[in-house]
Amino acid sequence: MTARTTDVQRTLEAVWRIEGARVVASLARMVGDIGLAEDLAQDAVVDALAQWPEAGVPRNAAAWLTAVARRKAIDGWRRRERLDERYRAMAYDLTQEAPGPTDAWEPIDDDLLRLVFTACHPVLGREAQVALTLRVVGGLTSEEVARLFLVPVPTMQQRIVRAKKTLAAARVPFETPPPEEWAGRLAGVLSVVYLVFTEGYSATAGDQWLRHDLASEALRLGRILAGLTPQEPEVHGLVALMEFQASRFPARLAPDGSPVLLADQDRTRWDRSQITRGVQALARADALGRGRGNYTLQAAIAQCHSTAPSVEDTDWDRIVLLYEALATLTSNPIVELNRAVAVSMASGPEPALEIVDALADAGSLPRSHLLPSVRGELLARLGRMEEARADLTTAAALAQNARVREVLLARARAL
Amino acid sequence: MAPVDRRDPNVKYMLIMRATDEAIEASRAVPFEEMINAMGAYNESLIKAGVLLGGDGLSPPEEGFVVDFSAEDEPIVTDGPYGETHELFNGFWIIQTATKEEAIEWASRCPLGPGNKLEVRRITDASDFADFADNEYVQKEEVWRKELGTE
Repeated sequence: MTARTTDVQRTLEAVWRIEGARVVASLARMVGDIGLAEDLAQDAVVDALAQWPEAGVPRNAAAWLTAVARRKAIDGWRRRERLDERYRAMAYDLTQEAPGPTDAWEPIDDDLLRLVFTACHPVLGREAQVALTLRVVGGLTSEEVARLFLVPVPTMQQRIVRAKKTLAAARVPFETPPPEEWAGRLAGVLSVVYLVFTEGYSATAGDQWLRHDLASEALRLGRILAGLTPQEPEVHGLVALMEFQASRFPARLAPDGSPVLLADQDRTRWDRSQITRGVQALARADALGRGRGNYTLQAAIAQCHSTAPSVEDTDWDRIVLLYEALATLTSNPIVELNRAVAVSMASGPEPALEIVDALADAGSLPRSHLLPSVRGELLARLGRMEEARADLTTAAALAQNARVREVLLARARAL
Repeated sequence: MAPVDRRDPNVKYMLIMRATDEAIEASRAVPFEEMINAMGAYNESLIKAGVLLGGDGLSPPEEGFVVDFSAEDEPIVTDGPYGETHELFNGFWIIQTATKEEAIEWASRCPLGPGNKLEVRRITDASDFADFADNEYVQKEEVWRKELGTE
C-alpha cells in the first residue's frame, strides 16, 4: 500500500466516522432498507479507495460517497432482468430527483433519526440493536464493534448481517415511530445507548473493570441523539447521567486496577469539566419543564454526588427522595437496592436492612452480587460481623468480574 | 474498512484559531452576521456529531495585556497585543475524536478565510506523564487542570 493510499484510507475513515451514518441514512430513505443502503455505501467506499489516491479527496467527501452509492442503486435496478414495477418506479424517481452539484448535498437530520429508530427497532433483540447502532449510527467497523464487546469478528459480522435480514424480513419501514409509539421507542433507543455505556462503566466481561472506549462511544451517541431530539428531556438526562458517571473514571481505579467504591474515591480526581457538562445537560432537561423521567432522576442523583465535597456532606435526604421518585416510575430491584444504600446514609443501617431483606424475601436479584454485597456492608455497620462475612463471601462467588470479586473477598477478610 | 488499532475515542484536541492582521482586515469586508452564521453552523455540526467538549472566542487583543518574562528581575506587563507578533490567538475549540485524521477533518471544515490558521494540538493526559506518575506535583497538576476545566 502506498503512502498516498494509506493517507486516503485514513481520511476516508475519518469522513466515515463523521458522516457515515448520514450517508447511510439518506441512502436508506431512498431505497427503504438500511441493509441495502449500507451495502451500497460500502461499495462507494471501495470506489473511493480506488479513485481518491489518484483523483484526490473530493471537497465534500460524504456527498461524493452518497452520489456514487445512489448511482449504484439505480444501475443495480436497471440491470435486473425482470424489473418489477416497484423498482422501475424507484429508479425513475431517483433519476428524476435532480442530483445537482455534489457539494450541495445536505444530509437531513430526520433521516439520521429514522436510522437511529430503525437500528433500535423492537423487532431486533438487544444485542442486535446494540451492534447495529454502533455499526450504522456510530460509524464503527464490524471489527471495532467486535473488539468493543470482546467477541470474535465473525460472530459480530454474523450478528450484524442477521440484524439487517431481520429488519428486511419484517419489512420494518424506514421511519420514525408514530406519536403513540414515540415515548416507548425513544426509551428503547436510550436504553441501547445506556447499555453501551454501562458495559463500559462497569464491564461485565473481561478483566478490565472500566472500558473507556465503550463509555466514550456511548457518550458520543448520546450527544448525537441530544442534537437530533433537543426537545426530549430524557435524552439530555441520559447525557447528563453519563457525563457525571464518566467524570469519576479517573478516581474509580486504584493503581493496581481494582475498583474504588464511591465512598473511598479521591474526589479531587473527578473530572470537573465533565461534571460541568453534566450539570448543563441536566439543566437543559429541567428547562424543558416536562418533569423528570428515569434518566433525568438518575442524573439528578448522580449530580448530588458529583457536587458534594465528601460522603458526609452529601445531601442523602435528597437522594432518598429522588430514589423514591425513581421507584414510583420503575419496579427495578436495583433502584430499591440503591434506595436502601441512600437510606442507610441518611438514617442508618437498620431501616436500610429492612428494605434489603424485603428484596431478598421477594427473591429479587437472585444471581447478582449486588444484593449480598450491600447486605454484607449493612450488617458490618450493625456489628453483625459473622453474617456480614458470609454475605460478602456469597457476593464474591456471584461476581462475574475478577476485580470486583477480589475487592469483595478482601473486604470480607478485613472484617 | 480495515480495522484500525490506533483508534482511541478518548483523545482530545484543541483547535487554536490564529488570525493575521491581513485576515482581520479582510474579514471586515464580510458582513458580521454572515460570519456568525457560518461559525454557528460549524459549531452546530460539531455538537451534532457529539465531538465538541468546549470552546470560546477571545475578545480583541487591544483589551488584553502581556506579561513578559524576558527581563531578569521582574516580569514586565504591557497593555495590548504583542508588538511584533503577526498571528493572534483568537479563540479555541476542544474536541474529542477517535483519530488524528478525524481531528484534521474537523479542523479543515472550519469556515475561516485566507490569512487564518487553525493549529491543532493534542491535549495531554496522565499517560503523557506516566514516567512521573508518582510525582506529587504531577498528580496535583492533573487535579488542578481538571478543576480549572482546561483539561
